Amino acid sequence: MLTATHLLALMPVILVAATVLVVMLGIAWRRRHTPAALVTAAGLGLSLLALLLVSPMAPIETPLMVIDGLALFAMTWILLAALASIGLAHAYLGGFAGPREEFYLLLLSATTGAMVLVASRHLATLFLGLELLSMPLYGMLAYAFHERRSLEAGIKYLVLSAAGTAFLLFGMALLYAQSGRLDLAGLAASLVEPGVWALSGAALMLVGLGFKLSIVPFHLWTPDVYEGGPAPAVMFLASVSKLAVFVVLLRLVLAVPAFQGLEGVMGALALISMLVGNLLALAQSNLKRLLAYSSIAHFGYLLVALAVVNGATLETGMVYLVTYLVATLGALGVITLMSTPWRGEEATALHEYRGLFWRRPFLAGVLTVCLLSLAGIPPTIGFIGKFYIIALGVEAERWWLVAGIVLGSAIGLYYYLRVLVTLYLPGPRMPRFDAPEDWHRRAGGLVVVGLALLVLLLGVYPIPLIESLEWVMAMKRA
Amino acid sequence: MMLVWLILIPFLGGLLAWRGETWSDSAPRWTALASMLLVLLVCLGLWWVGDYRPLVADEAAAPRWAMEWRLAWIPRFGIEFHLALDGLSLVLVALTGLLGVLAVLCSWREIDHGVGFFHLNLLWILAGVIGVFLAIDLFLFFLFWEVMLVPMFFLIALWGHSGPAGRTRIRAATKFFLYTQASGLLMLVAILGLVFAHHASGGVYSFDYAVLRETPLSDTTAMWLMLGFFIAFAVKLPVVPLHGWLPDAHAQAPTAGSVLLAGILLKTSAYGLLRFALPLFPEASQALAPVAMGLGLLGIFYGALLACGQQDIKRLIAYTSISHMGFVLVGVYAGTELALQGVVMLLVAHALSSAGLFLLSGQLFERLHTRDMREMGGLWDRLPVIPAFTLCFVVASLGMPGTANFVGEFMILFGSFPAVPWIVAIATVGMLLAAIYSLLLMQRVHFGRAREEGRLAGPDRRETAMMLGLLLLVLWLGLYPQPLLDTSADTVADIERLFGETDTGRDDSSRAQAPVEGR
Repeated sequence: MLTATHLLALMPVILVAATVLVVMLGIAWRRRHTPAALVTAAGLGLSLLALLLVSPMAPIETPLMVIDGLALFAMTWILLAALASIGLAHAYLGGFAGPREEFYLLLLSATTGAMVLVASRHLATLFLGLELLSMPLYGMLAYAFHERRSLEAGIKYLVLSAAGTAFLLFGMALLYAQSGRLDLAGLAASLVEPGVWALSGAALMLVGLGFKLSIVPFHLWTPDVYEGGPAPAVMFLASVSKLAVFVVLLRLVLAVPAFQGLEGVMGALALISMLVGNLLALAQSNLKRLLAYSSIAHFGYLLVALAVVNGATLETGMVYLVTYLVATLGALGVITLMSTPWRGEEATALHEYRGLFWRRPFLAGVLTVCLLSLAGIPPTIGFIGKFYIIALGVEAERWWLVAGIVLGSAIGLYYYLRVLVTLYLPGPRMPRFDAPEDWHRRAGGLVVVGLALLVLLLGVYPIPLIESLEWVMAMKRA
Repeated sequence: MMLVWLILIPFLGGLLAWRGETWSDSAPRWTALASMLLVLLVCLGLWWVGDYRPLVADEAAAPRWAMEWRLAWIPRFGIEFHLALDGLSLVLVALTGLLGVLAVLCSWREIDHGVGFFHLNLLWILAGVIGVFLAIDLFLFFLFWEVMLVPMFFLIALWGHSGPAGRTRIRAATKFFLYTQASGLLMLVAILGLVFAHHASGGVYSFDYAVLRETPLSDTTAMWLMLGFFIAFAVKLPVVPLHGWLPDAHAQAPTAGSVLLAGILLKTSAYGLLRFALPLFPEASQALAPVAMGLGLLGIFYGALLACGQQDIKRLIAYTSISHMGFVLVGVYAGTELALQGVVMLLVAHALSSAGLFLLSGQLFERLHTRDMREMGGLWDRLPVIPAFTLCFVVASLGMPGTANFVGEFMILFGSFPAVPWIVAIATVGMLLAAIYSLLLMQRVHFGRAREEGRLAGPDRRETAMMLGLLLLVLWLGLYPQPLLDTSADTVADIERLFGETDTGRDDSSRAQAPVEGR
């Protein structure tokens, strides 16, 4: 039975969903770009406030969803990442030829989906959330559909995502056949000693989710989609979508023993993801493709947290996820700014960034900080993430995984350094792409500078992040 | 708090120098010079007021610090912002300050583009290095260890010289970064392994040096963890099979970069061995000692032989560094008090003499626009004063009595002899090779037939002052090394006690050889 408390607990999700309606009605009434963006941002902001209100009451369980520490934590970052995407999308879409306002509609719907996904405690909400997250993403990636590449990105994501969903559903069906339950608690209780079928069910679900996380060997769509999609859409895909899917996978692994039985598989996937991702990134001369491969490698590192299930798994996974999220948003944000306003083509080739430092020192500084963070160099937040992952591997004495991380990071450095040094080499007099003159006074500029500061501040003083995760874990025990 | 300022001054100075570019071209230079002079002054002040003399027969287990500063940082893992200063670190920090001043001075005319950003990188390297010398929380140490790499990478990649075919400066910089970073990650794994081993025995997370020293370890674990540290330091020292980055990085770097690389970045690894690898894992280090000393010997000969065959003057000096660091490695793992004191002495001496040689090759490059020795020759007649300075530093580098290098090498060999007579006997041959390559350098560059006519400009006042200052220091330490030895004696005695505990017989014999060395 749904009570008033339940309704209040779901308020953040409801608010975002309501904003979808408001923006849609607004578009029907009058097409205005800036107000649509402002309403969207306001809706997301209100939802953030609602999260603050809800947090003292947590954990609250409804039949299908659970608002616990993990869900609140993930929702906070989802909303922040969505806000960052909007901040950059607004200026970017300023030059867009077609209708601009629907982008916000799609983005809000996907955000709703992501929030449902991270709060799901039932396979039904898991599936609904995942689809609600993915469907608008097809639209966002193919938003510039008159551009061949963008359309290709959208369709590619659609097809492979649908294939992934089929695996996911098959896996769910197998689990249901074994246990007769669809809620996570029920699955955990009835599959204490998972048999072959339960394990294969879990493995198939892992495949389905692995598609969304672009883990090797399910990664084939990633570089093309990153390259083709409009930059703000890629930002959203790389941050919100991956965060939400990883959180739900984390929930499954922590709750359902059948997934813990897959430790070996996850370890192997982690190892090949970090090696393949980093090796393939070496040959890229396109910054967006390079970031795509780097994200594959990063999810390889993240899978280490799932391959080693102990008391520190949740903390390690979430710390690394946040470090990845902030740095990726910053790096893609700079690419978005460089391609602002939209003119059919984006500044994705590495040579467009030659000499950026001598033209736009602070923008190049932001990109430098984010890339260093992705490479895991102190004193950035990326180092804290890497520290956590290596600590987890060392503590569990999984030397193969630790060796993989060390090797992967060393390979990874090579291409990050290549990008970094490009920024500082003397550049052309008349660059084809450049950020707008007043980028640092616009919303997008504030967003990327804020992200870079966050990378540095949390890198030097990670206590707030660690303490918020301690709160999440305390709530889990309560 | 003074210790924090030692790191903050170059850090903030760097930021100021970068933004100072907008006022005038020389503002970054003056800012950088002022901040490094300030660091140097602070060091001298600390040396003046502090008491670094060894306490008599103190068997207290905890390390003693002249100054200490700590602040809780990441309590989740027991990580603290913990800085401490003792004689050894003071000597090296002061050296960093001195070479920092020289690095700023020698770039005064060499660097003409991106002046502000250059000095930002230069000062941040120095801030990182000072951090390495002061940090005694292992997490913090690792952090500084990594932090100093990024600006060094930029320094080589952006202001370096591209060599012939394939030896581009970016390649050299990347090689340098990859070698050090990958080995650094091994050290991080080893640090974490040590911390978790400590956690398993005591239930407390801590990265503190003094706490971790007491960790009980099984022999195999200690060996593996020690290897993690050893490899990281061996890459940076460099020990021979892991030295691939050094000649390229040196040859391609700008003069200031070479000075800092040879002068202090290599010293961070010797410091790491002395401060961390030996005291944390005395038994395992003792077990590794024959291998390490063998590698040291290999380095002495390999570096010296390859130096003889170089055409590029900076590559030649780079290979001589490998050779000198071989002596350091032998001395560190011989582990007697006299040898360890010799190591400290040689570290300082090598920093001064190699800095001098790199400065001189930078000055030659400014005048001749080449580093190829085949295109030099006969400069003694064409160039005033500089050849004479070169002769002095070459002589110092080959270890002539009266120079600081002689004191260092002699103490290492003398101190190691009771422990490992055969290794010392072989290493002595290496000193012969040092004479050969040093004279080859002198002969090819300054003597012989001149290739061109016409006199070249002599050193100006800035250049003369730099060389003269270095030379006086080399001679002073060569003739009267006692103040330096007194400063580091306490730290060295501590290391020797820990390292020697595993092998008391040898310990006694070395004591007999060196009764009151350094008091």
